[in-house]
Amino acid sequence: MKRLRSFLSKEFMHIFRDKRSMLILFGMPVVQLLLFGYVITNEIKNANVAIYDKSKDAATKRITNALDASDFFVCRSYVHSDKEVFDVLRSGKVKMVVVFEPNFERNLVAKKRAYVQVIADATEPNIASSSVNYTSSMIGTLVNSMYGQDDVKGVVVQPRMVFNEKQENVYMFVPGTMALILMLISAMMTSITIAREKERGTMEILLVSPLNPSQIILGKVLPYFLLSFFNAIVILLISRFVFGLPMLGSYILLLAESMLFILMALSLGIFISTAAKSEQQAMFLSMFALMLPTMLLSGFIYPVENMPSWLQVVCNIMPPTWFIIIVKSIMLKGSSFAEVWKETLVIAAFTVLFIAMSIKKFKIRLE
Amino acid sequence: MAEASKIIEVDNLVKRFGSFVANDHLCFDVYQGEIFGFLGANGAGKTTAIKILCGLTSPTSGTIRVAGFDAYTQSEQIKKNIGYMSQKFSLYEDLTVYENIRFYGGIYGIPMKEIKSRSEELLRRLGLYEERNSLLAKLPLGWKQKLAFSVAIFHNPKIVFLDEPTGGVDPITRRQFWELIYEATERGITVFVTTHYMDEAEYCDRVTIMVDGKIEALDTPGNLKNTYGVKSMDDVFLKLAR
Repeated sequence: MKRLRSFLSKEFMHIFRDKRSMLILFGMPVVQLLLFGYVITNEIKNANVAIYDKSKDAATKRITNALDASDFFVCRSYVHSDKEVFDVLRSGKVKMVVVFEPNFERNLVAKKRAYVQVIADATEPNIASSSVNYTSSMIGTLVNSMYGQDDVKGVVVQPRMVFNEKQENVYMFVPGTMALILMLISAMMTSITIAREKERGTMEILLVSPLNPSQIILGKVLPYFLLSFFNAIVILLISRFVFGLPMLGSYILLLAESMLFILMALSLGIFISTAAKSEQQAMFLSMFALMLPTMLLSGFIYPVENMPSWLQVVCNIMPPTWFIIIVKSIMLKGSSFAEVWKETLVIAAFTVLFIAMSIKKFKIRLE
Repeated sequence: MAEASKIIEVDNLVKRFGSFVANDHLCFDVYQGEIFGFLGANGAGKTTAIKILCGLTSPTSGTIRVAGFDAYTQSEQIKKNIGYMSQKFSLYEDLTVYENIRFYGGIYGIPMKEIKSRSEELLRRLGLYEERNSLLAKLPLGWKQKLAFSVAIFHNPKIVFLDEPTGGVDPITRRQFWELIYEATERGITVFVTTHYMDEAEYCDRVTIMVDGKIEALDTPGNLKNTYGVKSMDDVFLKLAR
């Protein structure tokens, strides 16, 4: 038993002295719990809604205020034409547009039937159906309390799902999967290969040789760029022809955006490799700084809009979040560059940032 | 004998890491064709100095000329004319023997045809021809070492820098390794080697002994033994490192 005890105490010493183990043992559960608690929710919170009020009477105003007052929706935007409805949905500024028919109140009182059209962005199908359901029930309850009607058929809510008529969940998954895979191959693999070179001691040999640092980095990065690009094409083909994902936008634009994203991921990989001291550390960093956040916080599965605002800030610092928006816009909404230039700029800025940081770190290392 | 030219000239080399002085005003020259030993205990500053001469790190101050080029402004030319073998032997375990040679030949700009002929000659000389398609990981340590050295001089550099090349092998293998070094000098290659094995100092033409970042001795092994009145380089070192 004494032997076992001394072995046990050695094992505890290993664990407590290894900062990484401690992080996993104590830090991770807390972070995971918080993340999952806040992230995994199908509830809607402060979803942006636009109102197209063809009637502008007391009833529509009350309904609008009621929707706005609830925790679920924020009704600050107003649109005034059919074209604007789709523009605003396509731009992603709102997830839902509520359209009141002309003479709403009059129809409600006189004919006992008035129509409200609820147009929801179904690229996130769960959110869309929840939004429509909440809207329906809220309107129904409110109208009943206003006019004392038991007959819920007073107001007819006509839902319309756009950009994803069949509300396929796969529409949600494919853009996210693309982001995930490209991050995995580009960032993680690049970071590992450079860290491995340093760990083996072969990096020194490369640095002593006539190869200049840019040739070394280019040589490290190019194979993964080509492989990632190939994978991007494969993913697109499979999602198009196996899952039937629509492709309303331009293939060239999508591939160009993918190339930019790959470039960003590669620069991130290089930055991680300049920071990591070993292959293991690089893998660890990639895993927890890239993989998990991408899966949880990029809007891959759980929409960013539903998270608490402090977490949304974190989500917006992540490049994959923006890339997923771009992919969905192009594929499902047929967006052109004019509609995604802002997101593109964000990814480009990240790329420049990572490259600059890598060069800085590299230079310091050489000193 | 005609006066050999200086292939490395170092004047007042200083390297500081913050407040720690790794190399403290080193002054020495290395002549073409000689085997120059850079001795000292672990942590004395040998690896730092060799990295500076190879262009891996930049010095804090001092003048350095390697193979006739200035280390500050002409490091690209220096790199083409030197070879380097690191402590970790620097070959790729997941490539074959031949693939390793081909890679290094390629990055030094040797044309494919020449790589093929030179590598065949090299492999036969080392007795590794049968293993040319084996993964490096399968070779015993001594063979890897010899291969690493041969790869370091594959492009016929003027100088080859060896950083503790014989760590971890038995004395016989070490002796065989040094025979490779002698062969290299016969081809006109200058050999700059660091080591903490004092008996290897005997194999060098001249040695310096570094203690705490400074050069405490610079002479032939024979002269050093006479100066300190001892019989072996081990004893010379003990006297200096007190």
